[in-house]
Amino acid sequence: MGSIEITVDGDPRAAGAIGPHTSLLDWLREQGRTSAKEGCAEGECGACAVLVARPDGAGATRWTAVNACLPPALAFDGQEIVTAEGLGTAPTPGAAAELHPVQREMAERGGSQCGYCTPGFVCAMAAEYYRPDRAAEERAAHGECGPNGFDLHALSGNLCRCTGYRPIRDAAYALGAPAADDALAHRSMQAPPPPRPTSVRDERGTFLRPADLAELTALLGETPEALLLAGATDAGVERNLRHTRPPLVLAIDRLEELRGLHVTETAIEIGAALTLSEIEHTLAGRVPMLDALIPQFASRLIRNAATLGGNLGTGSPIGDSPPALLALEATLLLVSATGEREVPLAEYFTGYRQSVRAPGEVIKAVRIPLPLAPLTAFHKIAKRRFDDISSVAVAFALTLEGGRVTTARIGLGGVAATPIRALATERALEGREWNEETARSAAAVLRGEGTPLDDHRASARYRSAMLEQSLLRLHTEAVI
Amino acid sequence: MATARATAALAATSLAERPEHPVVGRAVSHESAELHVTGAALYTDDLLPRMPGALHAWPLQSPHAHARISALRTEAALAVPGVVRVLTAADVPGVNDAGVRQDEPLFPAEAAFHGHAVCWVLGESLEAARLGAAAVEVDYEPLPSVLTLAEAIAAEQFQGAQPIVTRGDAAAGLARAAHRCSGEFEFGGQEHFTLETHAAIAQVDEAGQVLVHSSTQHPSETQEIVAHVLGLRSHEVTVQCLRMGGGFGGKEWQPHGLAAVAALGAVLTGRPVRMRLNRTQDITMTGKRHPFHASWEVGFDEDGRLQGLRATLTSDGGWCLDLSEPVLQRALCHVDNAYFIPDVELRGRIARTNKTSQTAFRGFGGPQGMLVMEDILGRCAPLLGIDPTELRRRNLYAPGQRTPYGQLVRHAERLPAVIDEVAARADLDARRADIAGFNATHPHRKRGIALTPVKFGISFNHTAFNQAGALVHVYKDGSVLINHGGTEMGQGLHTKMRQVAATALGVPLGLVRLAPTRTDKVPNTSATAASTGADLNGGAVKDACEQIRARLAVVAAERLEVGADAVRFSGGSVTAAGGEGEAAGTTLAWQEVVQAAYLQRVQLSAAGYYRTEGLHWDPVRMQGDPFKYFAYGAAVSEVEVDGFTGASTFLRTDIVHDVGDSLSPLVDLGQIEGGFVQGAGWLTLEELRWDTSDGEGRGRLLTQAASTYKLPSFSELPRELHVHLLERAAEDGAVYGSKAVGEPPLMLAFSIREALRQAVAAFGPAGHAVELASPATPEAVFWAVEAARQASGS
Ligand SMILES: Cc1cc2nc3c(=O)[nH]c(=O)nc-3n(C[C@H](O)[C@H](O)[C@H](O)COP(=O)(O)OP(=O)(O)OC[C@H]3O[C@@H](n4cnc5c(N)ncnc54)[C@H](O)[C@@H]3O)c2cc1C
Ligand code: FES
Ligand code: FES
Repeated sequence: MGSIEITVDGDPRAAGAIGPHTSLLDWLREQGRTSAKEGCAEGECGACAVLVARPDGAGATRWTAVNACLPPALAFDGQEIVTAEGLGTAPTPGAAAELHPVQREMAERGGSQCGYCTPGFVCAMAAEYYRPDRAAEERAAHGECGPNGFDLHALSGNLCRCTGYRPIRDAAYALGAPAADDALAHRSMQAPPPPRPTSVRDERGTFLRPADLAELTALLGETPEALLLAGATDAGVERNLRHTRPPLVLAIDRLEELRGLHVTETAIEIGAALTLSEIEHTLAGRVPMLDALIPQFASRLIRNAATLGGNLGTGSPIGDSPPALLALEATLLLVSATGEREVPLAEYFTGYRQSVRAPGEVIKAVRIPLPLAPLTAFHKIAKRRFDDISSVAVAFALTLEGGRVTTARIGLGGVAATPIRALATERALEGREWNEETARSAAAVLRGEGTPLDDHRASARYRSAMLEQSLLRLHTEAVI
Repeated sequence: MATARATAALAATSLAERPEHPVVGRAVSHESAELHVTGAALYTDDLLPRMPGALHAWPLQSPHAHARISALRTEAALAVPGVVRVLTAADVPGVNDAGVRQDEPLFPAEAAFHGHAVCWVLGESLEAARLGAAAVEVDYEPLPSVLTLAEAIAAEQFQGAQPIVTRGDAAAGLARAAHRCSGEFEFGGQEHFTLETHAAIAQVDEAGQVLVHSSTQHPSETQEIVAHVLGLRSHEVTVQCLRMGGGFGGKEWQPHGLAAVAALGAVLTGRPVRMRLNRTQDITMTGKRHPFHASWEVGFDEDGRLQGLRATLTSDGGWCLDLSEPVLQRALCHVDNAYFIPDVELRGRIARTNKTSQTAFRGFGGPQGMLVMEDILGRCAPLLGIDPTELRRRNLYAPGQRTPYGQLVRHAERLPAVIDEVAARADLDARRADIAGFNATHPHRKRGIALTPVKFGISFNHTAFNQAGALVHVYKDGSVLINHGGTEMGQGLHTKMRQVAATALGVPLGLVRLAPTRTDKVPNTSATAASTGADLNGGAVKDACEQIRARLAVVAAERLEVGADAVRFSGGSVTAAGGEGEAAGTTLAWQEVVQAAYLQRVQLSAAGYYRTEGLHWDPVRMQGDPFKYFAYGAAVSEVEVDGFTGASTFLRTDIVHDVGDSLSPLVDLGQIEGGFVQGAGWLTLEELRWDTSDGEGRGRLLTQAASTYKLPSFSELPRELHVHLLERAAEDGAVYGSKAVGEPPLMLAFSIREALRQAVAAFGPAGHAVELASPATPEAVFWAVEAARQASGS
């Protein structure tokens, strides 16, 4: 066992004997760093948010806010964490407080009432404060952006039960640019700590971070039941709420081979371990379907960790990426110790959380064929607009020629045991003129697709109605 | 002589009057704001790493909605490494009850709801305690369960009193009405979802004194329950509450049993015991806002004036009585909201169901009572052919009128005043025209705007609770430490109390520090609830400060060579008012006077006390003057509904609210905005769904996590939110002319619900009456839109 060390607020701390199932949050709190709080332990409230030094893709550091309740502390071996306690200091006997600009705005504008959510808000807000392209950016298309370029969606993963959010919004929109001597801004000009191989074994289990893909596939070949851990946004919930304790955890979130993004003449290939935030920055609008999808996927805090590999690896029927990727006719690259293969996503899911992925295989990348269909849309139906799981998700990719639909690809989530293609509806559209009558008759077909269920999110009847409405909406809203 | 003068100085100040340059009324940040933002503020569970050797408690929860526990075997649990002890009924030295009515066993012989804790395991780590709980063997004999209000009503399974509020003859009122409508309305409860879940840490000192740190709104009652469970006297138990990460009523009653578990563990093991519920436990074990069912019959005259109302309200109390009776009383006392109803008969009853024990939640039944009325008006307006805002205006209380329970509606003229002002600020008439234009050109999106008023009674219905104590110390260096019986849960009570003390003593705010709430400082306190925290504790803090100030005035008077009643304390200086000769220009420093007082052996600390005068309430007849005053407010909200999905966007809300003369405007603004958004969550988003099937999971709460029980987020904050405090609104019956603010603003959110109703109506033909479920989730709104579309045959 090498020495495990995590830098918290500038101080390196040994984190040896904790096993693979202690979350970063619990570890910080055991260390007496109690500013980060537990509000839900499932990535929903942001009370646990902290900053991590992450690569910005150009050799420097991006201060990235993540939920500390989900990833295991061991995933941060060799990494740098900043908490609300590290951003500024409270008043002490004889010394006034030294507040970070974010903290000052929050304190002065009434941004805290009970204060329990506040350290998490402060961290999420600080990440957006340091976002290098913030001030330069035009007001975001969704209009939820301050005059200082502050994107309110940066706080979509933070809940406050007391304030009603208005003072927090005002605090966020009042922030200026970091000062020239700002320590964290300065730090972000250098490279973040590189990932390093980690290996911890004790009676609670084993945590390994392999150095490369070859080592990973070899390990996975030996122990196919190991838990592959990417952003831990699903796995962390399993651990906290359902108390799963896999004996072997293999961290794959920093494997270079899984973190490429390549564009060729015929395809865009997205590494399975890139986070959704990284995909969003790097693609920069190249795939409009993903551009529509990503801001509706969870919260910024979650997207800063969650990966496509994890979304497909979980195989949830209500995952948001599968419907979109189905409509885009994506394929998956699966790799194991014995080789690599490419599987169309349409053939990937075989049953509720089941897939053709063989034991020992890992998803390496998602390949989206080019050219893209010109008319795409992603409709997510959920109770709450920010950070909610879909009741139903519908993704459309249509090609029109001379006013007729030549190809239609429709992916659906939330209406069957797996994500599915709406094949009957596709047939009802193809070859037909793209007009209201076609939309109406195809919408009636779409209403009957899948076998939706009643649950706490929505009734089966509503889900079916939403399928129908979504095609009507596509026809009304589509600008051709 | 000195005493007489001191008394004169004391008598000179009234409760409501403010001195010159008061510290109250200044917009200051929350007193812990710097601690909050830096993460230095400590909450109960943050003490854990500061308390080495603490054990962790984990509950074993019933997998049945209702079952007799025929056997409970702990051997296997005790064999789990790290398990130290299993707490069961046999361990209780005192009374095995978490409440005061003997209907709430702490370690039950019968599981009364799915998730009910049947025993607790103590472990060296939380993991050990959890594994231990999983190893406890319980034999359950499932019993029939009652889950829904409909089931309980059909089975006539009720608990507690069934109060009736009547005035006049409801039947006659209905009979003479030109228009009669009737209906039923069942609406959902609300989970408090305080970001900090329930937590307690207990320890026993060398003398056997039990100290419990508890996240509780009611330390005195937590102390009482801990003592009776342990078989101790109250003076052997101290409860301290540092601060809470939210309360909202959820920590008024529910913390007691949980604190008792920690205390019992500490007594039995001699080690500190930490009890902290995780979110799932918190939401499946502890009570919520009561869901209600209402059936009603209402009559209006030709002009839309209310003539008679007959209604039966049935609340879903859950498995035990808890605070359900006072909640129901308050609900019945708020059905009228802002409207005069000449002939009324309101019946209330509490269903007993196999669910968590529903409890206090911001508004305490008031919101439920008022929702019934606002729903009636919203549904009936189109049937009467009267614009809903106009219908509401026509029925407002006029000065001199009384509520159905007999209380004069003092300051009734403020109702039209706040309504006129908010309508003007919101530019209501012009925007109505804009909205009509928008709706005419947008087939798939419709907007609606609505104005709703709030009238909310302030004081505990139960008269005895309306008292408070405080303990104020002035130290020789002039610094001031205040203790009071109220707890801080984010509502800014401590901030206001510091301002009150600084005002009463005439010192700068920086000199006043506040100590955490502890039962050994101020005994026999009431819950910090019913919005009364500032009124009651403010009165007590002010009283204590004025006692000290009066004594200091005597000391200063001698130096200033004036009478004690001419001594003025302000901003840390002590001067003579209207002094002559030498005295006129003399200014003594506060510290100097304090020092002199000490040397003259004048007592520098005081216990303050306050009780609200003029209250009386007969809970049997449901008549009296239960409230000191009413808080008023009104809101205008505009929303947009998407016809494809039923999703809504809150575009703009304007609020005018009456907080009297604000003690602390930034704090009050925060309470208004926060209450409003929380109310909007209750009415549009937050949905408690239980498994009501006959399957295995019957009784299980299905929305038991933040991923399925959705709180308002930034997406529910109106794009524009303007709050204005009613001016010239001093309340002469409360401390420094202020009014309570904690609860009333929640009900301003009715404007959102009624605006949704208007927007939905715009999808249908003119005059279409919209029935809207509550919460009005996107799905509920969508079905209402479909009904509207069908009504217009499109
Ligand atoms: C608060 C919250 C909100 C959420 N909102 C959404 C939402 O709006 N839409 C949505 O779709 N999901 C949502 N999720 C679910 C989750 O964020 C996504 O599924 C995410 O993409 C998972 O990625 P991850 O990297 O965190 O996966 P992990 O948790 O690390 O892994 C998940 C599973 O995938 C497997 N896995 C990971 N990577 C690979 C790989 N490369 N090859 C094979 N298997 C792999 C793991 O072994 C594990 O079984 C939400 C989750 C949370 C906590
Ligand atoms: S504790 Fe709620 S997001 Fe981590
Ligand atoms: S201030 Fe209490 S939860 Fe945000």
